[in-house]
Amino acid sequence: MQILIAIIIGAIFACALYMMLRRSIVKLIMGLALLGHAANLLIFSAGGLARARPALVAPGASSPPIPYADPVPQALILTAIVISFGVLAFMMVLVSRAHDAVGTDDIDEFTSTDR
Amino acid sequence: MTLLAVVISGFLLAIGAPLVARVLGRALPGVPSLAGWVLAALPAAIAVWLVMQVSSVGHGETISVVYPWVPGLGIDLAFMLDGLSLLFALLISGIGALIFIYAGGYMAGHPHQGRLYAFLLFFMGSMLGVVLASNVLTLFVFWELTSISSYLLIGFDHRRAAARAAALQALLVTGLGGLAMLAGLLLMGQVAGTYSISEMLASPEVFRSHALYVPIVILVVLGCFTKSAQFPFHFWLPGAMEAPTPISAYLHSSTMVKAGIYLLARMTPLLGGTELWQWLLTGAGAVTMVVGAVLAMRESYLKRLLAYSTVSALGIITMGLGIGTTGAIEGAIAFLLAHAFYKGSLFMVAGAIDHETGEKNVDKLSGLRASMPLLAIVALLAGASLAGLVPFAGFVAKEMVLEGTLHASELGPAAPALLTGALLLAAALLFVVAGLVTVKPFFGGARPTPKKAHEPPVSLLLGPLVLAGLGVVIVFVPGVLADPLIGPAASVVVGEALHTHFALWHGVTLALGLSAAALLAGLGLYVARGKWFGLMSRFAWVDRVSPSAVYAGTLRFVGELAVSQTRLLQNGKLRDYLITILLTTILIVGYPLVAMVGAPSFERLAPLHWFDVAIAGLILLSSIAAVTSGSRLMAIIALGLAGLGVTMFYVIYAAPDLALTQISIEALSVVLFVLVFRRLPDFRSLSTARSKVRDALIACAGGAMMGALVLMATSFASDKSVSRELAERSYPEGHGRNVVNVILVDFRALDTMGEITVLALAALGVYSLLKMRRRPEVGAEAAGLEVGRGAGVGPAVGSGEVSA
Repeated sequence: MQILIAIIIGAIFACALYMMLRRSIVKLIMGLALLGHAANLLIFSAGGLARARPALVAPGASSPPIPYADPVPQALILTAIVISFGVLAFMMVLVSRAHDAVGTDDIDEFTSTDR
Repeated sequence: MTLLAVVISGFLLAIGAPLVARVLGRALPGVPSLAGWVLAALPAAIAVWLVMQVSSVGHGETISVVYPWVPGLGIDLAFMLDGLSLLFALLISGIGALIFIYAGGYMAGHPHQGRLYAFLLFFMGSMLGVVLASNVLTLFVFWELTSISSYLLIGFDHRRAAARAAALQALLVTGLGGLAMLAGLLLMGQVAGTYSISEMLASPEVFRSHALYVPIVILVVLGCFTKSAQFPFHFWLPGAMEAPTPISAYLHSSTMVKAGIYLLARMTPLLGGTELWQWLLTGAGAVTMVVGAVLAMRESYLKRLLAYSTVSALGIITMGLGIGTTGAIEGAIAFLLAHAFYKGSLFMVAGAIDHETGEKNVDKLSGLRASMPLLAIVALLAGASLAGLVPFAGFVAKEMVLEGTLHASELGPAAPALLTGALLLAAALLFVVAGLVTVKPFFGGARPTPKKAHEPPVSLLLGPLVLAGLGVVIVFVPGVLADPLIGPAASVVVGEALHTHFALWHGVTLALGLSAAALLAGLGLYVARGKWFGLMSRFAWVDRVSPSAVYAGTLRFVGELAVSQTRLLQNGKLRDYLITILLTTILIVGYPLVAMVGAPSFERLAPLHWFDVAIAGLILLSSIAAVTSGSRLMAIIALGLAGLGVTMFYVIYAAPDLALTQISIEALSVVLFVLVFRRLPDFRSLSTARSKVRDALIACAGGAMMGALVLMATSFASDKSVSRELAERSYPEGHGRNVVNVILVDFRALDTMGEITVLALAALGVYSLLKMRRRPEVGAEAAGLEVGRGAGVGPAVGSGEVSA
């Protein structure tokens, strides 16, 4: 399983990096979205992969029944997912405005806003 | 305590000095030089206190104070007053007091007079710190402060490009030397196990036998040579003549340029006594002495003439320290004292001439004795000392150094003759300088000057008069200033109690005869100067290979290198930046991963299920589709599918909160992508096939590295103590059954607060971008914007709800 997850994360990273290296700004942003997935999975798998129960405390108990999934990476990723969405929304509007100002989606031509 | 006050008071008064100058200028506008007189009180008070210590320090007592600064690193704010420090501190404060009075007259009416006082006080405090410091790191801090204050002072007239360039040159040359010195001092600290100079002096032999001795000497000496303008670093000193004269008289004749000398003297008991030390100092000193004197012959501006003669004098002192015999060291210290008196005086005379006539070129000055007789007398008194005439301090000091060179046989059989010959040549040329600076302007027929020449005011006369007078007094009454200062200072350098006598008459000696011969030669050269000065212009080619040309070339090269490197690295192409960052990361993360950690262990592999493979296949295929698709819509859908795969992964691996959040966000993202990007042009193929292959290779390398990182990370058992503790405290303390939620809203609530802030800012940004007034020519697209607005704000607000 670890080998499989390593391959998946590596593949998403490769796809994300390739898209970020494109000249189209739309692809750059899609690449960033993919990169977010890959990074989240990286943190997730670094916490140790085990098909366990979620870290939920049953009524009457004081701590979750062992074994339970590590809650710390999950908390981190939850924050990351939400923030990356905020950034994504901001970026998309920014790109749309930049496109209006510059008149192109080719990053190499983003040299001046006075066209 | 007083010692700390001596060092700190200059810095404190510097803060208030501009205010003092302004208030006094307003209160008594009739006396523009008043502020100088008032501010001179501080250095004068310091000098008086130091004089009161002369008798006790002269008997070998040392006053020292230590304040812990960074105790963990062995750095103390430590000061001590011994014979060597006392001599230098007295010169700094005593001449400082005269300089403040002089500056008051020289800068009278200048709008930035207060600033000059502040810089001068700043400098004085730094300089006192250097000579009083008893911890090498304290010393270095103040050493650098002198460089900074000298930068400010040389560039005081900052509207002139020449002044700025000279200030920068002095800063770069002395600053680079200072860095080398810091390295040397740190090595010394490593070797000795302490940064305290007094503790180092307790066991000085550790340095000479240590393997690091040679680098230590070279680094420390580099700092001293740059500061004290030794060849080949001498060129910044004449350049520094761009500064107003009070500054040249203070920094560049009597104090700052002597900081290097001070440190050489201070280090002699620790590092001296070896062939390396002797040859370095004697060689550099002798070359500097001759080069300075010869180069002076090409100058016709008063201050530059004096600057080159200062270079020569600094060479003489360094050479004396290098020879290292008791007599030579006594001679060097005596020469330092005599030089401080006459050179400080001569600089102030040169400034007074410039101030009262408006002319600084010696060739155009003549017959001033009629209009400024007092200044002429002062100039002749100081000039006689520079020329080395009987009975002036310059003569006595020169005799002492001559005795030193004549007995320098320790350096080799030819050394006495060579060094003595070089010293006599320099002495003869310095005689010519003295004639040019103090005889030529005042005698002969009077010539018209830009300003009507008249006697300078008291403030401009007092300083040079006192210093020139001292040059005579110490010869006839050596028991008052010369003997009590020179002996104890030389004792510190030599390491045994000395009772030096600054005697005018040593009997008929070889030194006396040689000295007389040098004076006659100098007189001949001065009288016949019309015949041979012209020859100096034939050596203009020297300027092209001189150290200052090397400096200018280096500075230009560094500038060009910076420009070309910036063009290469900061080329404005996002992709190139990304590639640089990626390759660097791949190298510095990937290399240790492969080379140091080794292969991951596969012992704790979790079993593989069919749905794992199915989800992996979904993520993999949809990611590749997002990359390769030529249609925007297809790419967006593929991206959404990949996100869905990730969500399912979270479901399987027991992360329900993540799965819920991810799926909502994924849905919103797809909607957002479609709404916004449908207004943008369709995908085109912009890159060449070659760059696509290159990018693919880089991306695959990056992916492979991240995959390897995951393998590594998952093959080690991670520490679960934090997770366990949080899980156990979740219900009892956080009153929540979902541990992930409790972490977010309770244990790490501040992080979540930050997250909400980021979202709020993003929402604000989106809103203001959409509200931004559009320019008329793109108004046609306004219809598209309406959709974008609704889409942009909605999800951003919605995301806040998701997180809550």
